[in-house]
This record gives sequence, C-alpha cells and structure tokens, in this order.
Amino acid sequence: MSEPIRFFYRGEVHNVADGAPTRTLLQHLREDLHCTGTKEGCAEGDCGACTVVVAELQPDGEVAMKSVNSCIQFVPTLDGKAVFTIEDLKQADGNMHPVQEALVECHGSQCGFCTPGFAMSLWSLYLKQEGQTTPPCRKTVDETLSGNLCRCTGYRPIIDAARRMGELPPVSFDREALKASLKTIQRTEMYSYTHDGQTFYAPRTLAELATLRAEKPTATIVAGSTDVGLWVTKQMRNLGDMIYVRQVQELYRMEEEDGMLYIGAAVNLNDAYEAACKHYKEELHEMWQRFASQPIRNTGTLGGSVANGSPIGDSAPWMIALGAEIVIRSDKGQRSMLLEKFYLDYMKKDWQPGEFVEAVRIPLPRKDIHFRSYKLAKRYDQDISAVCAAFAFTLKDGVVSDAHIAYGGMAATSRRAPLAEAAVNGKRWDEATLKLAMAELAKDYTPLSDMRATAGYRMKTAQNLLRRYWLESNPDSAQPLQSINAYHYAEGVAAA
Amino acid sequence: MNSKSEAFLTQPAVPGVPMAWAEVGQSHPHESAVLHVLGEATYTDDIPEVAGTLHAALGISAKAHANILSMNFDAVKAMPGVVAVYTHKDIPGTNDCGPIIHDDPILSEGLVEYVGQPIFIVVANSHDNARRAVKKAVIEYQELPAILTPQAARDAKSFVVPPMHLARGDAQAAFERSKHRLKGELHVGGQEQFYLEGQISYAIPKEGKGMLIYCSTQHPTEMQHVVAHALHRHSHDIVVECRRMGGGFGGKESQSALWAACAAISAAHLRRPVKLRADRDDDMMVTGKRHCFYYEYEMGYGDDGRIVAAKVEMVSRAGFSADLSAPVATRAVCHFDNAYYLGDVDIRAMAGKTNTQSNTAFRGFGGPQGAIAIEYIVDEIARNLGMDSLDVRKINFYGRNDEEGRNVTQYNQKVVDNVIHDLVAQLESESDYRKRREDINAFNAKSKVLKRGLALTPVKFGIAFNVTHFNQAGALVHIYTDGSVLVNHGGTEMGQGINTKVCQVVAHELGIDLAMVRATATDTSKVANTSATAASTGADLNGKAAQDAANTIRKRLAEFAAKRHDGDPDTVRFEANFVHVGEHTIPFAELVQKAYMARIQLWSDGFYATPGLHWDPKTMSGNPFSYYAYGASVSEVVVDTLTGEWKLLKADALYDAGNSLNPAIDVGQVEGAFIQGMGWLTTEELWWNPAGKLMTHAPSTYKIPGVSDCPENFSVRLFKNRNVMDSIHRSKAVGEPPLLLPFSVFLAIRDACSSVGDHRFNPPLRAPATSEAILNAISAVQDAAEAAN
Repeated sequence: MSEPIRFFYRGEVHNVADGAPTRTLLQHLREDLHCTGTKEGCAEGDCGACTVVVAELQPDGEVAMKSVNSCIQFVPTLDGKAVFTIEDLKQADGNMHPVQEALVECHGSQCGFCTPGFAMSLWSLYLKQEGQTTPPCRKTVDETLSGNLCRCTGYRPIIDAARRMGELPPVSFDREALKASLKTIQRTEMYSYTHDGQTFYAPRTLAELATLRAEKPTATIVAGSTDVGLWVTKQMRNLGDMIYVRQVQELYRMEEEDGMLYIGAAVNLNDAYEAACKHYKEELHEMWQRFASQPIRNTGTLGGSVANGSPIGDSAPWMIALGAEIVIRSDKGQRSMLLEKFYLDYMKKDWQPGEFVEAVRIPLPRKDIHFRSYKLAKRYDQDISAVCAAFAFTLKDGVVSDAHIAYGGMAATSRRAPLAEAAVNGKRWDEATLKLAMAELAKDYTPLSDMRATAGYRMKTAQNLLRRYWLESNPDSAQPLQSINAYHYAEGVAAA
Repeated sequence: MNSKSEAFLTQPAVPGVPMAWAEVGQSHPHESAVLHVLGEATYTDDIPEVAGTLHAALGISAKAHANILSMNFDAVKAMPGVVAVYTHKDIPGTNDCGPIIHDDPILSEGLVEYVGQPIFIVVANSHDNARRAVKKAVIEYQELPAILTPQAARDAKSFVVPPMHLARGDAQAAFERSKHRLKGELHVGGQEQFYLEGQISYAIPKEGKGMLIYCSTQHPTEMQHVVAHALHRHSHDIVVECRRMGGGFGGKESQSALWAACAAISAAHLRRPVKLRADRDDDMMVTGKRHCFYYEYEMGYGDDGRIVAAKVEMVSRAGFSADLSAPVATRAVCHFDNAYYLGDVDIRAMAGKTNTQSNTAFRGFGGPQGAIAIEYIVDEIARNLGMDSLDVRKINFYGRNDEEGRNVTQYNQKVVDNVIHDLVAQLESESDYRKRREDINAFNAKSKVLKRGLALTPVKFGIAFNVTHFNQAGALVHIYTDGSVLVNHGGTEMGQGINTKVCQVVAHELGIDLAMVRATATDTSKVANTSATAASTGADLNGKAAQDAANTIRKRLAEFAAKRHDGDPDTVRFEANFVHVGEHTIPFAELVQKAYMARIQLWSDGFYATPGLHWDPKTMSGNPFSYYAYGASVSEVVVDTLTGEWKLLKADALYDAGNSLNPAIDVGQVEGAFIQGMGWLTTEELWWNPAGKLMTHAPSTYKIPGVSDCPENFSVRLFKNRNVMDSIHRSKAVGEPPLLLPFSVFLAIRDACSSVGDHRFNPPLRAPATSEAILNAISAVQDAAEAAN
C-alpha cells in the first residue's frame, strides 16, 4: 500500500488513497468529492469549462498560482500542491468574489456552463493584478481567456468583466499562509503511488530519474500531461507505470551559457517562451501567444513538446531554424544533438531505451542572423497549426549564407528544406532568388491534406510565408510588414 | 465597461422611483447569474445521484454505409464494471426517435447509415468503465456505397423528403425581359452546435410503469413521447424535467431524444437509475448539425441593380434521416428573400439524403441558409454594375406600405411592419459607412499584402413556427400565502434568459418585485403538450401564457380587493408591491393572505395561441409568420493576401427587439448570435474524410470563435421600435435573427478579396471562409485579373 496523494483542498490537507493514477482531477472533484461546480466540456483541455487554479511552490520558494485544465491533470501530479475550484471563490461571509460580481454585473453568463471556468481563469488574472490600479489591457485579457470557450455571449461581456473586477472592493489572498501550508506537504524523497499494479513515480533528482528510467524503459513519462492526458481520456490507453518529471528540481534550470539559452525539461511553456522572448521578442512573441492556451502553457513543457515530436508541433520549426539542441540524458550520462537530427521519421526519434529529455538549448541572437517565425491555423487562439514556418538567414551585404528554412505541418516531422536553402545560399536576397527558393520548396515537401488544410494550401502558404519573410528581411524592402494580428492589436484595439 | 455598449446596461435601478415596479423593460441580470458564477447552478450531470446509479455509453458505427454481419460483445461483457449490453432487440416498444418522419432508429437494426450511428448501449458502474467497454465490441460490416455530399445526393435523387418548389410569377419570362443576368453557385458549410454541456439524460425508474428523466433538452414533451413509445408505455407514465441546459442552439430540440431513450431503455430493463452522458467526441460523431447547403442561382436585374427575377436551386445535406430537414428547407425557402422584393421567383429546395449525421435544428433553422445566398448574390450584382453593394441592397428592400408596393413575400405574406429602410439608414450614418469605404479604398491602394474590406448587410427574419399548431404555449402561476410567486411554463432555459423574461412579465402583471417571482424547472407533469423552445418564440409564447395566468389571478385579487374596500375592480392598481384600491393601499402579500382566508384561488393556468397564422405546405404560401424582426450590421475586416488570414476589426449592429423585455439580455443575445454566426461563416469547418468519417469531432479540431475573435470595436444597439403585432409587451423575438447579422463579416472578407482585382471580379468565396477558402478566392481574382489584362 502506497502513501496517499496529498494536496491542499478547501484549506486542508486532502488525502487520496484510492483510484487509478490516471484518474483526472476533474473526475476526482465531480465523482469522488461530489463537488460539481467544475464542469466537463471536452475532456481534452480545449474548452476550459474544467479550469481550476493550482498553486505550487516554485524552486525559488515563491508560490505560483496558475489556471489548469483539470480534465487532463492526473491526481497524483497534484501531490504537494494546492487545488482551488470555483467553490473556493465565495467569500467567508457568503459574498461573491469581485470576479464573480463583475461577471454578474456585466451580464457575463448566459447558459452558465462555461462560467466557472471563466471565473477561475479571471481569478488567476486577478491574483496577478493584485495591487494594480489600471484595468488589464485587451491583450492580457485575451491571453488569460485563450483557453476558455463560450458559445453564448460572444465574449464581450466577459471581457468587460475582466476590466471591471479590479474596480470592485478588493479581496486579498493570503499567499504567505498558503506558502506555509504548502511547505508542510513537500516531500524530500521520491514519491510513488500504486494502484492495481500501476505505479506513478515522482522522482526528485535527476539521478533518481535516470536510474528509474533505466529500470523502467517502457514506463510513460509524464510532464504537463497536456498530450498524455488525452491518451487516457480520449484513446483510453493504459499508460502502465508512469514517471512524472515535474518534481525533479534540476529540470527547472533555465540559464544562459555559452551563447545558448538552456531550458530544463520541466519548465512550463509560458516560462520557457518568456525566457526565449527576452531575446526574440519580435520574432517569437506571437508564437508564444498562439501556442495552445494559457492553462495548457501553464502545465505543458517545452521539453515535453519536443519529446513528443508531433509533425505539427509549433515549437520545433523555430528551434530547428535557430539551430537549437536537445539535451538527452540517461543513467549513462548526457548527450546533445541538433534538434533537427533528433527527428528521424513520423513519431520516430533518435534515442535509446532509458533516455529522456533533459533540456533544450537555444542559440542566443546574433546580429547577422535575421530570424522570423510564422504560424497558420484556422483560429488565432489555441489551434493546432496547418503550417508553421521559421527562417533564419545569415545576411551580409544583402547576400545570404547558411540559410535555415524549417517547416512544421509539411512532412512527417518538422524539418528543414534543403533544396530551398541551397537555392538561396550564396545568392543576393532579391526577388529572383526568392522565386527560385519558392519553386524549390515544392520539391522539398509533399504535404498531406487533412481537416486543417489541403496539401495545396499548405504548399502555397509555405511558399508565401517565404515571400513574407523576404518582404520583411530583404535589404530593399520599403517597410516592415505587420502580421494580421499585430495589425489587429495596433489598429483595432488602439482605436477603441 | 465597454463604452460602446448600451449605456442603460450600467444604469442601476433607482430605488423609490415609481417605475421600479415596471419589471418589463428592465435590464435585470439572468435569473441564474449568481448561481452560474458561484458554480451552484445545477445542470443534469450535477444532480446528486440516486444510490445504485449506473452509467451508459453508446457503441457507434465505424462505417458510413454498411450491413452489420455480426456483433460480438463477449469482450465488452468481460470488462470491469459492465452490467449489461443492449441492442435494438431490447427495445420494448418502437425503435424510433424521429421527430416528424419515423425513419430514425434509436439503435441500428442491422443497417448502418453513417459513421457514428448508435448500434448498442453498454451499461456499467461508472462513466469511464462504460466508455472503455464500448471499445471492445467486435462488429463485422459489409460495406455499401456511400453518398457523402449534397450534390451527390441530388444527382442520385437521394432525398429524405420530396423536393419543394415555390414559384411566383414567371421567372423565365422575367429573365428574358431583364437587362442583366447572372448565374453562379455557392457552397455554405454546416455548423456544430457546440453547446458547452453535451447531451445528457438521467433516467430514474419510479413505481409501476413510471419513469422520471432528467434531460438536457429544448423539447421535454417530445422526449416524453419518444420514451413512451420506446418503452411501450403511456405518456402519463413518463415525466421529463429540465431545469436548464448548458446551451442548446437547436441541437437539443429533437436530438436529445436518442439519449433520453437509451437511458430510459436501460433503466427500464435494470430497474435502476441510468445516466447517459455523451463524451464530447461521441456527441459530435453521433448528433446532427446545421445543414450545409449548395446553391445554383440565376438572377435577372436592371441597370440600377433592381432584381426582377430570381431562380435558385438549393440542396442541403440532410444526413441519413429526415429529422427536421423538411421544416429547415421550408424556412430556407421562406428566407431566400431576406429583406428584398425579388420579383418573379422560382425556388427549388431539396434535402439530400447522405451517409452522414442527421442534420437538425440550429439557431436560425434554415433561415440563415436561405438569406446568405441572396446576400451573396446581391453582392455580385453590385460588383457587376460597379455599384456600392449597399445601394443595391437599398433599391431592393421591400416597400414600406401598400402605396410603395413591392411588399409581398414570395410565399404571399404581406410585410406590414417594415422598418429596414430607417434601420439601415441609421446604421449607415452612425457607422460612418461611406467615409470608411473611402478610407479603405485609400488604404488598399497603398497596402500590397494586407487588404481591408467592408460590408453592410440587413436582416429580416420571420417569427413563428412555420407549422401553425406549434405556436401555442401554457403556463402555471402559483401565488403562495407569503406573497411569493412560482411560475412554471412550457419553455426551456438554455441560457437565452426565457425564465428571466417570463418572471419579469409575471412580476410586472402582479406589480411586484422580480425577486418575488421564481421560475421552476420545465416539467411535463406540470404544463402538458408543450412545443419545443425553438424558432425564437420562447418568450413570445410562454410570456403571453404566463401573462394570461398572472392576469387571471390578478383579476381575482382585484375583485376581492374592490369588494373589501368598496372600490371598482377595474381601477385597482398593482404597483411596487402594493395594491391600490381607491384611497386604500394594501401590501401585496397582505392582500394575498386575506384572499387565501377568503378562499380565493391563488393559482391559475394560462394559455396562448398566436393568432392569424396559416400555412399551406403544398403551395408553400400563407401567413406563416406573426411578424418580422429586423436588423443590420456593418463589419470591417483586414485580410492577409499571402495566407488568407483575417481579422474582424470593427462591427456595429443595430437590432429591432421591438419594445425589449430586457435590453441587457437582448443585447447579449445579439452579440452571442453575431459571434456564433461569424464562426459558422469563417472558422467552423466540418470536415469528413473520404470514408465519410467526421474528423472535426472535438474542440481541438473544430474551431468555434475564441476570445480574441471578438472585436474590441463591437457595438450592438437596439433599434427603437414597437411591435405592430400585439406580442408580449410589443417586444420582438431575439434568439435567432441576429445570427444573420455577421453576413457582413463574410461579405467584408469577400470585399477585401475582390480588392486585389479592383473589384472587377466576383471572388468565389465559399463558407466557411477559412484562411484556405479566402486564399483560394484571392487567387481566383488574381487569375481573372491577369487573364483580363
């Protein structure tokens, strides 16, 4: 019998001693605790009706409180954390929280089913904005609510509520008390939870993880479970034993070294992109905003995304274009390789049993390299790309050398376009060169048609994105080109 | 607060002001708003489960069209927690859940007609165990050829109901007379309802043959009928209750029946409570959606853009069964005019039988599909003539009165309440339409990659069920001795605020605060034989019925008060929680208490049947609608001509809610419908693979609008108007008509596409206008421009 999972819930330590390790937090809340304020809308982390806030101690000792999709979060991953649901928002005196009051005032609910999820996302923003007097800007509101779907209101009243909540009499949250509480349930040794022959392991050190991985090469590695969660809720797969990497403190390391940005595999996508965007603001900010949704980025990791290696992953193309490396570890040691070498074929990667992703290393900007990344999808928020493109050309006196052209969604893996690269290397970066390269792209890739786009659209836009890059990078270009979204926020929102 | 919103939304009610008792017309929050935000509003899955509750899941077809050769459930039964497996053989009564035509089996009897068709039910001790067990069934199929598109259905003469034809005058002769003619085609995709709360039913066996079903449904009475037939019981044995839905949008009008029936069949066999909650992917695979339409059209028009002849053939993707496809097609035919007098008309409509989900009601119910075609066509007429499309729209508007003429629809109903001229004029001026048109032309002349587009489109939408007998409703009003009031009516709450509005009507009638009136769950054992809450008629019908019930009690109370205080019953006033009889003022609750002591009946039923309606389905003519709701919107977009990406930059909408019962709720309905309609026409794409399997069956692949799709510049206003019909407080319906407002988004995108060819060529833009569709339309214009040069 393993030790119960323990996390803070309703201000007390809550123990879970029963249930499969793949039981989701949402199932636990609704079915075991009969706490039904949190709703299931999709069970795949895409609609946000199940949004809760999870608090955890950070490596720096502070508490992070983040919106999370409870429908794909396994209960054992909450060990040592605190869970807040819609029921926690009501004040001790029975009054509504300003978030809730603002939603009522602004007519922010119609059918009301998505409302608890919106309220929790807004609460995560409310906590962030504590002490600020100016209402959040539209972009911040959009980011906060990017993981919440509403089919009734059209969002306008909810956006109003996000701006209104800070104007109501404030309600403060005692972080220090939470921090103290969380400290009481931290573990010093590897935690494991077994149910019906299936074990969930949460090693605490890299060495433990490496040893465990060597012993259990077929166990499922779990980080944010933003993809693995769906293997359970949608594909109903049996994951066998699981190794959870987000208690390994070393995997949160993030620092600059040797001209590279090292990002540990347990760092969540928001933190990873924030660090990368410090160096590549222009080039990556939109990719960051458009990568899944806020709650997915709060739990999902860049390491997990890279390890998963989907052919349409939004991060791989830009990392490949920049020449990023993947750091792989096993109990035998560490090795690094270019990320592009890691992907061999559809969902096939260059690693051995017992190996796992330790980190990615992203080259820091160089003045002579012009870098851009683009994403095309049906929807701005939280959509999987039809085509992702990234270009990093070394440009000197208008001449290209060492062109890196990488696409996602165009082949079985995210990969470079060798023929198009050859067509531009050593050439003047003019329209004639561009046209040559565009033509070569048709030989580099044979994309597929599916529900996201046809092969024809993928090829045409792959070529057109290269043109867009040319318009933005060629020495004779008249003006920098705005993206549609930059235009939207600059023109539309500013004019409001 | 968004300064662009109606100012009255923020105005608090002023205490002590006499009008405070006038509950109608106030912007009260949704009656459940506080429960919603607290997470305390109870949806079907939140009802505390009765001990012994089991959970069901459906086994569905993997083939689009096939005979089932064999089924083996051994592995299913061996899975943990499995209690039972049921097939069509286990249905005690009729195996049908078709709302009109009985061609819709609950469970397949050996033939499967789409990927997703339910074949069997697994009942287990948990939702998860039921779902896992379903996957273990081994089914052998013999595949048959499948029809997947409306055009293929038309070519194969495969229809779920006979084709419809409406003709007025002689379209052919009119074509020959007309100065200009155009021909074209249009594809408009379907749309998933995507209610956030999926389909769910929870059946609890009661004593004898009784069965109580909690069901997320817009049509409790029909659920009652389907379950009674399936169980071979009487309607009086079955009680269906719905407190609220987490969204419906038409998807829970007829198609909640399958889930209610399967839960009830299982519960009846096992004599245990059974809950059937659809997983999102199952829901989307199994249930029908908005019909996609394909149109071929031909128009005749003059130099000024005035239409003299219109001919259209529209074919919808009905799916494998009739469901509501016939009335949807009828409404499409009746809305092909939108706001325009079309001259001589020839409209054919077909509901193509395809091997896909059986398409069903979705907000607008064919109306949007009828009207989008004419708006697309008017857009082409304008471009062909080099005119601004707004001018072509205006010249084709219905006449305002008999003197102007041109005020009779193609189905022979006279338009007697036309406000479209004034409404559009107001919007045109307030939105600065002409000036923005110039600005956009200037911008486009300079900007090579990004292009902006603008469009203003009108809406005229007929209110009432086309089928006359559905236009009836009942209500019960109880006054308890403490003066509190309970209302029950036949409408269902799906977020649209019907309960809020009905409570306002009752509070208004009795002169008491809204807080004193509460609405109960919709329940077939209270008001019987209800119509679906659909066709935007919920508040119109049930509001009138509740008003009737409240008025009956009010009259009794007035007579009683007049008698006690020697007054005239006709001058008794009910205001602000007091009753005034001559000089006397009595608190409402006190009068109620005294009336009870005097043995006055303090509860009443109420009933309403919309007057003046008739419809002849054979000739497709009559007076199907009680009145028309009007509206218009202006949208401005920017399009990236390299990728087809786009953004809505600004939208202004003006909507005619008549004398609005609740402006905040009405504005909310308009905004929500606008964004939902925009989703239909842009990002929401249903995509079936070549084997007929829907591949966009979850929010990861099916993209309804997200928060950043709502433009910052979004202004919705209500047009000042009073319904000329004696509707409830002269208000107008608001549920469906605003879904047509975002036609302006679609046509603004088309306008931006056409700018790459100096507006000389019609971009062949299909809906949904995904980035891909937009880029294709741009390419076609570029090609045409190149060919012409």
